[in-house]
Amino acid sequence: MSVVAVEDLALRFGTRTLFEGLSFELEPGELLAVLGPNGTGKTSLIRILLGLLSPSAGSVAIEGCPPRERCHRIGYVPQQRVFDRDLPLRGRDLVRLGLDGHRWGFGRLGSDDAVRVDAALAEVGATSYADAQVGLLSGGEQQRLRVAQAVVADPVLILADEPLLSLDLASQRDVVELLDGRRRAAGTPVVFVTHDVNPVLHTVDRVLYLAPDGWAVGTPDEVMTSETLSDLYGTEVDVLRVRGRVVVVGTPDDQHVHHVENGHAH
Amino acid sequence: MFTQLLAQHFVHTALWAGAVVAVVSGVIGVFVVTRGMSFAVHAISELGFTGAAGALVVGLDPVIGVLGGSLLVGLVLGLLSLRGRERDSAIGAVLAFGLGIGVLFLSLYQGYATEATNLLFGSIVGVSDSQLLTLAIVAAIVLVGVAVLYRPLLFSSVDPEIAAARGVPLRALSVGIFLLLALTTAEAIQVVGVLLVLTLVITPAAAAQHLTRRPGFAVLLSVAIALVSTEGGILLSLLKPWPTSFFITTISFTAYLGARAYGLGLRPRLRPAGATGPGWRGAGA
Repeated sequence: MSVVAVEDLALRFGTRTLFEGLSFELEPGELLAVLGPNGTGKTSLIRILLGLLSPSAGSVAIEGCPPRERCHRIGYVPQQRVFDRDLPLRGRDLVRLGLDGHRWGFGRLGSDDAVRVDAALAEVGATSYADAQVGLLSGGEQQRLRVAQAVVADPVLILADEPLLSLDLASQRDVVELLDGRRRAAGTPVVFVTHDVNPVLHTVDRVLYLAPDGWAVGTPDEVMTSETLSDLYGTEVDVLRVRGRVVVVGTPDDQHVHHVENGHAH
Repeated sequence: MFTQLLAQHFVHTALWAGAVVAVVSGVIGVFVVTRGMSFAVHAISELGFTGAAGALVVGLDPVIGVLGGSLLVGLVLGLLSLRGRERDSAIGAVLAFGLGIGVLFLSLYQGYATEATNLLFGSIVGVSDSQLLTLAIVAAIVLVGVAVLYRPLLFSSVDPEIAAARGVPLRALSVGIFLLLALTTAEAIQVVGVLLVLTLVITPAAAAQHLTRRPGFAVLLSVAIALVSTEGGILLSLLKPWPTSFFITTISFTAYLGARAYGLGLRPRLRPAGATGPGWRGAGA
């Protein structure tokens, strides 16, 4: 049974159509990368899945339930954001918020909850800095805590929106491995929004490519081809494979420049 | 002289009023500081002044005016739930206009100018028994409100994006915290006055931030600092006939400076042992 079922989804703002007729399903343990240039609705799709945005048409069901009804826990990992250095909040406090931060009242942390927080911290390898102030941690360490916060409540689905942005390459690898490990061990499907497919290329099952002239979903080998992307962009686009990396050349937003720079830096 | 004063009923009332206001200010201050709402506190208190001046003009109890003015501005700012620069400029615009109206009200008011001075700089020793009761009731409302909202408030303060993703109603919480802040401000105005509200609502919480890593402890420390400031300030003003507000601001500012100094010395040691790998930023970073 699929965990997520998206059917004939459309999103329009005024006269502008971001996407329409979008349909895909997500099986347990599947990792779907959502790619595409800015302004094609990648983040909006995440917001629809979170129940924060209503689509213009179509339906979404997460284990048979519309996202707005919040029947199921969804783990969410956003892009890294800097915390104030003097914010009185420890790593374990941040993770705990993922468990009960949405509930009213003070709440006492039961021993079961404390065990879950500790387990989530251990799962992401953050035990050694669990009691440090979050504002003093590096970006990579903060993102590990975000992953722990997303998994602590044992979600049915994990949504990650550009979680690698502004992280160094080692931390990028760590975050991808953590999410990959989670979906393999617990069978939690992951939707991973990223502007660069390369950090997840080795592990991703399918790619959803949102482009100005349409969308495509399939395995990386099916979607990341010159033919498919040229169709989606309505212009001549070349997809090259260089030393195990995918480089897209000729898109209007010139993403390839970024990719090539990354390639050199590595 | 000091012991004679200490036996006076009005001094007891003042001490109780100071304690009540210190507790609510200390509690709400932690969220105000975390959410970066210091300027909003200032605006709410100045508009509380406008409300009070308006109440004086029409012959109402100024406390009613303070409450009305603060709540109105709190509601508007909460509903707007703006962020960053946009919020600061909106608050600035509202604040300036509100003060303009306050100036008009004051010029229309034919009574004693001391009423206005008391509003601006506080008059803790003038608190009556019935006012103390009102202070206590309003304080109870604020504390119950914070207790109910505590976790989602903390969540949305430190991590609004993820809180929203988890279904925390950000706008409703924004309205909630602004209304609680307005009630707190209306309380604090009666102790330290419009111009010095920040000394109870911001300074103790800002000091507490430098003393602990735990969100719960930050609330307790903030309350403790606010309590020492108000009670110490009232007692000192019995010894030396200078304005109570002066002593309160001096104590809370001293606590703030001390906390900052402590924080600077302590910060490197806040790291747990063994976590000194390359992932850790240097002490001065």
